[in-house]
Amino acid sequence: MPVAKVNGVEVEFEPGMTVLQVAERAGQEIPRFCYHERLSIAGNCRMCLVEVKPGPPKPQASCALPAAEGQEIFTDTPMVKKAREGVMEFLLINHPLDCPICDQGGECDLQDQSMAYGRDGSRYAENKRAVEEKNMGPTIKTFMTRCIQCTRCVRFITEVAGVPDIGMISRGEDAEITTYLEKSVGSELSGNVNDLCPVGALTHRPWQYHYRPWELKKTETIDVMDALGSNIRADFRGSEVMRVLPLVNEGINEEWLSDKSRYVVDGLTARRLDRPWIRENGKLRAASWNEALDAVAAKLKAASADRIGVIAGDLQDAESMKATLDLFRALGSKNTDCRQDGAALGYGPRESWLFNSGLEGIEKADAILIVGVNPRIEAPLLNARLRKSWIKGGVEIGVIGEQADLTFDYAYLGAGSKTLAKLPKSALDFLTKAERPAIIVGSGALNGEGGPAVLNALGALAKKVGVISEGWNGFNVLHHAAARVAGLDMGFVPTEGGLTVSDMLKPGALDVLFLLGADEVDPTGSNAFRVYMGSHGDRGAHGADVILPGAAYTEKSGLYVNTEGRVQMAERVVFPKGEAKEDWAIIRALSARVDQTLPYDTLDQLRAKLMADHPTFGRIDYLPAPAAFDPSKLGVKGDLGDRVFASAISDPYLSNPIARASATMAELSALRIAPVAMAAE
Amino acid sequence: MFTRIAQAAKGAMMLDAIGAIGLTLKYMARPKATVNYPFERNPQSPRFRGEHALRRYANGEERCIACKLCEAICPAQAITIEAEPRADGSRRTTRYDIDMVKCIYCGLCQEACPVDAIVEGPNSEYAVETREELLFDKARLLDNGDRWERQIAKNLELDAPYR
Repeated sequence: MPVAKVNGVEVEFEPGMTVLQVAERAGQEIPRFCYHERLSIAGNCRMCLVEVKPGPPKPQASCALPAAEGQEIFTDTPMVKKAREGVMEFLLINHPLDCPICDQGGECDLQDQSMAYGRDGSRYAENKRAVEEKNMGPTIKTFMTRCIQCTRCVRFITEVAGVPDIGMISRGEDAEITTYLEKSVGSELSGNVNDLCPVGALTHRPWQYHYRPWELKKTETIDVMDALGSNIRADFRGSEVMRVLPLVNEGINEEWLSDKSRYVVDGLTARRLDRPWIRENGKLRAASWNEALDAVAAKLKAASADRIGVIAGDLQDAESMKATLDLFRALGSKNTDCRQDGAALGYGPRESWLFNSGLEGIEKADAILIVGVNPRIEAPLLNARLRKSWIKGGVEIGVIGEQADLTFDYAYLGAGSKTLAKLPKSALDFLTKAERPAIIVGSGALNGEGGPAVLNALGALAKKVGVISEGWNGFNVLHHAAARVAGLDMGFVPTEGGLTVSDMLKPGALDVLFLLGADEVDPTGSNAFRVYMGSHGDRGAHGADVILPGAAYTEKSGLYVNTEGRVQMAERVVFPKGEAKEDWAIIRALSARVDQTLPYDTLDQLRAKLMADHPTFGRIDYLPAPAAFDPSKLGVKGDLGDRVFASAISDPYLSNPIARASATMAELSALRIAPVAMAAE
Repeated sequence: MFTRIAQAAKGAMMLDAIGAIGLTLKYMARPKATVNYPFERNPQSPRFRGEHALRRYANGEERCIACKLCEAICPAQAITIEAEPRADGSRRTTRYDIDMVKCIYCGLCQEACPVDAIVEGPNSEYAVETREELLFDKARLLDNGDRWERQIAKNLELDAPYR
């Protein structure tokens, strides 16, 4: 490896690294505004100036200068100090001194770096320039006067999000960042530009002025808005989650976060169930926990085992599902299902419902067939990865299903099962020729009556084109619900002779229907005694006979398994609202009342039982290695018929009870349906 | 032996008692230092740190911009602020509480304030009968500001040369 000297200390570096990266490797901090590891290099803020020998006797922008063998880099000479002070003085010429009303105040790169590298005053006495605010949609609040033209936002939106809506116009003092025709940014990753902005020019509109960074306490936890299990940091004040920011996890979300995961937090305080309710004479009345649990227990005891059923929701943690499953199995019920979308998964080897290549691994695939899923809607960060892979080149992508704008080019093969039954030769060819082909299938293709047949056909195709080979498993199921893989892993599916979700909801099928946070099904057809346990007064609670208030995902510690099969532990950020309790504890209390007391009194005991019964849950933060299995035996061989594979989620911003309670999500959803330009404020 | 005799002689002459009577007579002739409060008051420094007040601009707009620096610096954590964008888009507090029971009157809040919104005014006469009355909210603080503005502005002006 070549060697360079940083402030007299020799450092080895990899060819292709820039001077800035080499200096970082030597432990020298280089101030910067425009440079970002995951974006292209712009070199326009000039803050990273260093002295380099050999070279012209002037400071050089280290972010854009390739390091070379034998180079001497100086980061602490008087020349560098003076250069930094000069750049900082120039940057502050037009930057307003409105830190007290700026939301970035306290976590602002410009604030920090002017303290560390700036002069104590300015020689500039003229008026500062003012720039009009721009409309960038409901997620981004702009104060363009504060902008220092680093173009991080432009590069992110163009390169990572793939929606070239933001750009810079004019030159010199007139240079402005703006959106195309002042319309809102049409990206599901738009919130990230607020994180990237080193000053307060772009800030989070939904949380505008609500908090100061220093008054928030931070908890690292897991996101449940999609099945990727993005790592997040939930910041709270008092009993309220104020904001959600991404944490770096190279294997999952890199350092991005989708708008839905980020801005859904205002839904955590709206429409909450904070006390038990019982329906009497057609009307709900507030009840105590004892009354509510007794009412449920009485009904459960009175009903026969095959007339009770439970549906688990999309946001449930593994512990609550395990406790519920144990209780209903103890009661003798076979009617347990966690697949609200009715996907034909959950039987056979574990690999048959996992995203086997891994989210990071999908970048290695050289041919990808996407079936019945719109990754941009169901897993925006996976879509960003696919785009990254596509930009890098060497991957061919084909789609069966919705013909949506995925921000990358793909070959559109067809709309549904007909195409799958008779795949065009070109499609077969690109999969067969590929070294590491992958299939990504979503529940849009696997749900309903024809689901098992589609799964079987896909399995056969996977075998035929060699999707699974030595050290590579490209059979990928992309879930859209955070709870689904955990549910399938623990066998939360109907046992022999049990009823599936759609059967349970039929009139007269059951006497007692227990909805464990299940809000994506329409239970109004069922005339069973309905118990709803969950966090929000949504579809499931509507018309329920007993409502048990549970905890939302930020209010309990729980295990979640993402679509790759990676088990992750979410932490409690705040306490459940009002009289609500953690879900597993409610089930445990109920179990004692129906004389089937569950064998655990603490969450740790429950976890131990879960891990003992299903060892995969014991491997936290561990990505399963690509295991081979025979995909041709999946599902049921049958006629594929003529089905159109629509994405399982029609509106990503209204796809779960928390999102439906969120005002920001409603705004985003309205914009999605009717993208109209709003007047800038 | 000699000192003892000298002491006894001094005592016999009652020099100490005469001195004390002299001092008393001297102070009797001087003007008295106590004031007839509340009808008379001692002079007050313009830096006096009394009851808090939230000030307004001359056009009636409240000064506070919800930067929360006073909340951050308060060593007794007596200040609680919540903020939101107002209908016109400006940054304003929806809640500004000071727990006057916690407050130690250190004056750091007025030092931290970038817009001279929160000040400790000249008033020290706000004794109350219950603890709850000492939990000041935004309305009370703004009312204090309106009530004492003239005096506060004068005090700030007098102190300005030393800042």
